Amino acid sequence: MVKREDGRKPDEMRPIEIKAGVIKNADGSAMVKFGKTIAIAAVYGPRAMHPRRMQEPDRTVLRCRYSMVPFSTTDRCRPGPSRRSTEISKVTREALEPALFLDEIPKTVIDVFIDVIAADAGTRTTGINAASVALADAGIPMRDLVASVAAGKIGKEVMVDLAGKEEEETSCDVPIAYMPRSKQVTLLQMDGDIPVKDFNDVLKMATKSCEQIYKKQKEALGERWIK
Amino acid sequence: MTENVLKTDNSQTKMLKNDKDFVVPGDEIVKSMEYLPGRNCFREGDSLISKRLGLVNINNRVISVIPLSGVYLPKVGDMVIGEVKDVQSNGWIINMHAPYMAFLPLSGIKEFVDTSKTSLSKIFGVGDFLYAKISGASGDSLQVSMQDNMCRKFRSGQIVKIISVKVPRVIGKQGSMINLIKDKTGCRINVGQNGFIWIEGEKEELAKNAIKLVEQESHTDGLTDKISALLENKGGKK
Amino acid sequence: MNIQEQFIKDLASKGNRNDGRKEKDYREIIIEKDVIPKAEGSARVKFGDSEVIVGVKMGVGAPFGDKPDSGVMMIGAELSPIASPDFETGPPREDSIELARVVDRGIRESKMIDLEKLCIEKGEKVWMVFIDIQIINHDGNLIDVAALAAVTALHNSKMPTYEKDVVNYEKKTKKLPVRFKPITITVAKISGKFFVDTTLEEENAMDSRVSVAIKDDGNICAVQKGGDSLTESEIHQIFDLASEKAKELRKLIN
Repeated sequence: MVKREDGRKPDEMRPIEIKAGVIKNADGSAMVKFGKTIAIAAVYGPRAMHPRRMQEPDRTVLRCRYSMVPFSTTDRCRPGPSRRSTEISKVTREALEPALFLDEIPKTVIDVFIDVIAADAGTRTTGINAASVALADAGIPMRDLVASVAAGKIGKEVMVDLAGKEEEETSCDVPIAYMPRSKQVTLLQMDGDIPVKDFNDVLKMATKSCEQIYKKQKEALGERWIK
Repeated sequence: MTENVLKTDNSQTKMLKNDKDFVVPGDEIVKSMEYLPGRNCFREGDSLISKRLGLVNINNRVISVIPLSGVYLPKVGDMVIGEVKDVQSNGWIINMHAPYMAFLPLSGIKEFVDTSKTSLSKIFGVGDFLYAKISGASGDSLQVSMQDNMCRKFRSGQIVKIISVKVPRVIGKQGSMINLIKDKTGCRINVGQNGFIWIEGEKEELAKNAIKLVEQESHTDGLTDKISALLENKGGKK
Repeated sequence: MNIQEQFIKDLASKGNRNDGRKEKDYREIIIEKDVIPKAEGSARVKFGDSEVIVGVKMGVGAPFGDKPDSGVMMIGAELSPIASPDFETGPPREDSIELARVVDRGIRESKMIDLEKLCIEKGEKVWMVFIDIQIINHDGNLIDVAALAAVTALHNSKMPTYEKDVVNYEKKTKKLPVRFKPITITVAKISGKFFVDTTLEEENAMDSRVSVAIKDDGNICAVQKGGDSLTESEIHQIFDLASEKAKELRKLIN
């Protein structure tokens, strides 16, 4: 077994902390920490959609905005949208959309805002975990919660939740989002170089880890609402 | 998770959640065709699954989830409190913290108005809070009316906002909770189904605190006793 | 005027507030330091339900032409849409630019950061100090919360090292050279009375406000008025109240 940089086992995620209801002004909110990565998500809506031309006549529009705060990274990142954050906003929306019933309140919008306040790998997956809890917290009708984590391969070993220098050493990095009850994958991306047969192992470890995250998401919602 | 086996006439039904259990979206409540999905539940295969964060409610064979959070969804006949956002040539735009703005048409008020002589903003102006009734709610068109006898414009007092799903607890069975608060504080109170509550009286502060306590502890047992105790300890009428 | 604003104004005219506080009372203040692992310094500050995180980042860049031997300080603020149903995405609006500039002036004019010590090579290379203000939840008095968070973060910042033209963020040995604790106090006028630490509800009902940055020696180093007009004697009263409260808040920074 390869020893990981921070002493974790291959299938061990970083310490996870989830808290629901962290922003009073929002209809729903959550903070999720994976090790040193921290994301805060807020949900507003369903509310009237402006501009009107973006309304859908028969459904609620889900709008996601992922953003990295300037002080979240080692080299200060410029505020405002980038090509990277625009793409992540899109895949985040597609990771969450399958979990939602969007046909009940037409012509409205649900806004999901994700601020990554500290970045140390896995910001999109941490953001999706926070957004999913925030949506449930907001009372949005959903088929399931969405849990998210990345897995990859270093040498011959499959590993979950890559962090720190591991990201540079990995031969592939596969972030996924997953609905644990219905066993559906809602986010799937990959960078690297890996035989198809190995991909299955990576995927399996990621979905198994999502089930653990799912448990923690439920616990966090319980703590918020039933003290 | 408590698992509890209920015997029915011809089959064994596995309850995965019990009445009043806390559920989140995606939680399976029961695996059986014996039960029907009620509000905030859906069926997938044999399973009945929660759609919303809330508490399970089992009523005979109908399973529903009572939500603990969420925006107000307007229903015809609801009394609501809204704020005038805009005055138009034929009525008023009302914000009631629902997914849509509501429209109060000129025909929805009791008085006859000659629009050639009277400006509509003389009747209700931007920023006015109104106690109104939902008269139409289909698709994205939401209409309110001021023709009910209870409807009026508030001229003083204060507005307290709570989560709309907690309104039934603030009102209580046959109005028991709200009447308790009114009696003990001597305040006049109007509750909007949208979670806006108007209070006026000497002990507004006490009434507000009682309402906020109901909102926070809505899921706990013995709520009426807690509220009585609060109201009596803080100088309400015994 | 709406009855809620009227209600706040009526309370204010008697020196009372909706949450039971008196004119000079602050909400509960919570300060946490070093909340952002990769920032050189950071602080999360809450006044009641208003919450702000400030992160300090450093880098190396060229100095301004008129100050070739002086480091550069920049402050930005984002009214993140997570913080309020009224904040939108997109380029910074007036409010966030004013917020950043008022906090900037308090820190800059007090000469809190010893910028001369941040020169690496005269005219060529100096340390840049980026102070970013992130609003997490908006319930009023954002200027004071942000200013307190910024000063706290700066007082707890550690400098990365600069070796062979590379910034080494792993090796932070020295503290950022800071010397004072300027405090910004915003005083709001509602119904002729003066209040500190206003909530959002109170800000909707207020007539005017003045933000005053006060140095350790009691001197004023930045002022910003917003809203309606004020008399000279009112301005004196505001300065006196701000000076009194600044002494109290300064004790919270360490």
